[in-house]
Amino acid sequence: MYAMIPLFVILPLAAAFLIPVIGRFVNGFQKVTSTTVFLFLSLLSLYFMFARDQVSYSYMIGGWEPVRGIPIAIYFTLDGLTVFMLAIINLIAFFATFYAISYIKRYTAENNFYALLCLMVGGMNGVVMTGDLFNLFVFLEIAVIASYALVAFGVEKNELEASFKYQVLGGIASMLILFGIGMIYWKTKTLNMADVSYILSNTRQDTYLLFTQVIFIAGFGLKAALIPFHAWLPDAHSSAPSPISAMLSGVLIKAVGIYVIIRLFFNMFSLSPQVSTLIIILGTVSMVLGVFLAVGQWDIKRLLAYHSISQMGYVIIGIGIGMLILSNNGSRSIAALSIAGGLFHLVNHAVFKGLLFLNAGAIEYVTGTRNLKEMGGLSNLMPVTYSTSLGASMAISGIPPFNGFFSKLIIILAAISGGFYLLASLAILVSIITLASFLKFQKFSFFGKLRDPGNNNIREVPFFMCFSMVALALLCLGLSLLIFPGIREAVLNPAVDALMNTTAYSSLILK
Amino acid sequence: MQGMSIIVKKVSQLITALIFMYGIYIITHGHLTPGGGFAGGAILAGAFILLVLANGSELLKLKQKEEGSSLTESLAILAFLLLATLTLFFGTYVFFNNYLPGGTVGNLISAGIIPIYNIVIGIEVGAALFTIFLALAIYKEEMIK
Amino acid sequence: MNVYLLCFILFLVGLYGVLTRRNVIKIIIGLSFMEFSIFLFLILIGYIEGGAAPILSKTVVTTRFVDPLPQAMVLTAIVIAMAANAMLLAIAVRLYKRYGTFDIRKINELKG
Repeated sequence: MYAMIPLFVILPLAAAFLIPVIGRFVNGFQKVTSTTVFLFLSLLSLYFMFARDQVSYSYMIGGWEPVRGIPIAIYFTLDGLTVFMLAIINLIAFFATFYAISYIKRYTAENNFYALLCLMVGGMNGVVMTGDLFNLFVFLEIAVIASYALVAFGVEKNELEASFKYQVLGGIASMLILFGIGMIYWKTKTLNMADVSYILSNTRQDTYLLFTQVIFIAGFGLKAALIPFHAWLPDAHSSAPSPISAMLSGVLIKAVGIYVIIRLFFNMFSLSPQVSTLIIILGTVSMVLGVFLAVGQWDIKRLLAYHSISQMGYVIIGIGIGMLILSNNGSRSIAALSIAGGLFHLVNHAVFKGLLFLNAGAIEYVTGTRNLKEMGGLSNLMPVTYSTSLGASMAISGIPPFNGFFSKLIIILAAISGGFYLLASLAILVSIITLASFLKFQKFSFFGKLRDPGNNNIREVPFFMCFSMVALALLCLGLSLLIFPGIREAVLNPAVDALMNTTAYSSLILK
Repeated sequence: MQGMSIIVKKVSQLITALIFMYGIYIITHGHLTPGGGFAGGAILAGAFILLVLANGSELLKLKQKEEGSSLTESLAILAFLLLATLTLFFGTYVFFNNYLPGGTVGNLISAGIIPIYNIVIGIEVGAALFTIFLALAIYKEEMIK
Repeated sequence: MNVYLLCFILFLVGLYGVLTRRNVIKIIIGLSFMEFSIFLFLILIGYIEGGAAPILSKTVVTTRFVDPLPQAMVLTAIVIAMAANAMLLAIAVRLYKRYGTFDIRKINELKG
């Protein structure tokens, strides 16, 4: 299985460049190729999750052996956290592509759409697997440049404006990240994350390193849309075509933002209380302000986009509490619980926010509007969309049988047992406001008097769209099983262990 | 675009051949001297762009050229990927392996597979830059209409 | 040390341009300023006093080379920046086609 690791990058890239060549001669090639590639990669990542023969792999590109113990190759690493992220990315990508088969018929240039989607997924797979800082930057740029083009895919006024805003802020973020990488290289004369971690563990935490860490937080915080840096997200995520909104909100901000922050600050830098406090503050501000901004929205996709900011706050808080406890040498079991809650909420958010954006796309596909004030009474005419979006709304607001309840519960329990009472009460408050906001969404779109703004007959969406929505809704229910022992050991615990044992990553490469 | 005077057309045609040769030199000697695929490819694209600027071209012809160059670009990337993954399927299971013999330092045919990579990258970059130029030129023509 | 400070000042000049200019094209130029300041910084951290160009040839006279890794990084980063700039300019041309202006104050249908 060792030789299969680079396939996560090779296959999407190959598909991305085969589609424009063969797709213009063979009809339907683009759909078949992209769905099979993503299905194969999801199965491969699930195989690595449940049946791998080692705890973690490291793969040297080019076969360059280390010289005198110093690694010189670019490494692909595959540990618990990486496998966890790969499974999320490829599963959501598969469902979004399957959904797009019916949805994207409205647009011209289908070949370009599927090629860019494959390119974006290839970039994200690279970001989560690579063990080299500069290579991480390259894959990150592949993913985000593809997403810039996908946001502007409709080439109307709003799409272009959103894409321009996204590109300017994304360009500033990229330059900050490259600046941070240069600072790290200046200090340590290496780019390998394991080697950097080994060298930094032998140096004192000084102002230089603190400055570098702040630069990285600003850069990746812009990519992850934490609150002072969030201005691009509602525009970009609401202007993209719906399957792309599901990919951007469900996966992209996690893979290029949250994942990299987690990986760098747990496994590369030494943990420090100042940075952990900063991360917790950013998370709290995003969580609280995001939900207040969301309450007043009447455009479905903008409402969902603001909720993405708020829910990312939960993930950051879970991770940040774990960091703070670990850096103060507190109880390791509470830290593990908190990190597990954060990662669990990350996968849950990918599933239910992906599903909600697909629902919004289905409503827009049928009625032709995204404004909540102009719709109503769809529950009888669109039973599949109605029931799946009800499930997703209950999941995001934390109603018990669904996955969102359990992850929020774990984060709040960890916050209480760690002594962060204010954070715990704020998390509960935000959860209640989220519930109110989604009650509004349900009431105005599915209940009440039937209103038909576009004068077209309203019916259920085609099979491909229904299939993706039903499968994701079942995942919403099924993921609650993750908290039970037995399944938790296979999925969540390896990811948590990779972070709790902060030197495991460097010992993986520097044997 | 109308194209420029006969003097500009003739001179640019003469110079283009020289620029093209220089680009090929930069690409093929990429493993010995500074330069390589990207720099040489940019020079190749410059030669093409000079021709288009001097001679001018109808919109329809530009669109055909853009399709051709973007097809070339995709094929070059696929060739690159094929070269990189060739050993993944049989033998060593190493991605990006340098499986050709190294040769002696300083010869034109040395450094294993790197010159072949350079040539493919040169074609790719030349085609990509030319595609970008044509796409922007086509936008401009559409806007004037 | 002064050289690195100059790089940082160039970065801030670019950031100032991005934040204060109203013209779409000038914002893109500001972004390019930021990019090139970072490239200069990367090249400078690989410089060694009196080092030769890092090329392996038949007649190597010195063993004192400048660091080749930042040069490779800058070359790659230039390619990426070129792609990002081409994308931005294409969007700017389309924006001009839709709105008929490059003024960012008039392109404000969305409330971020």
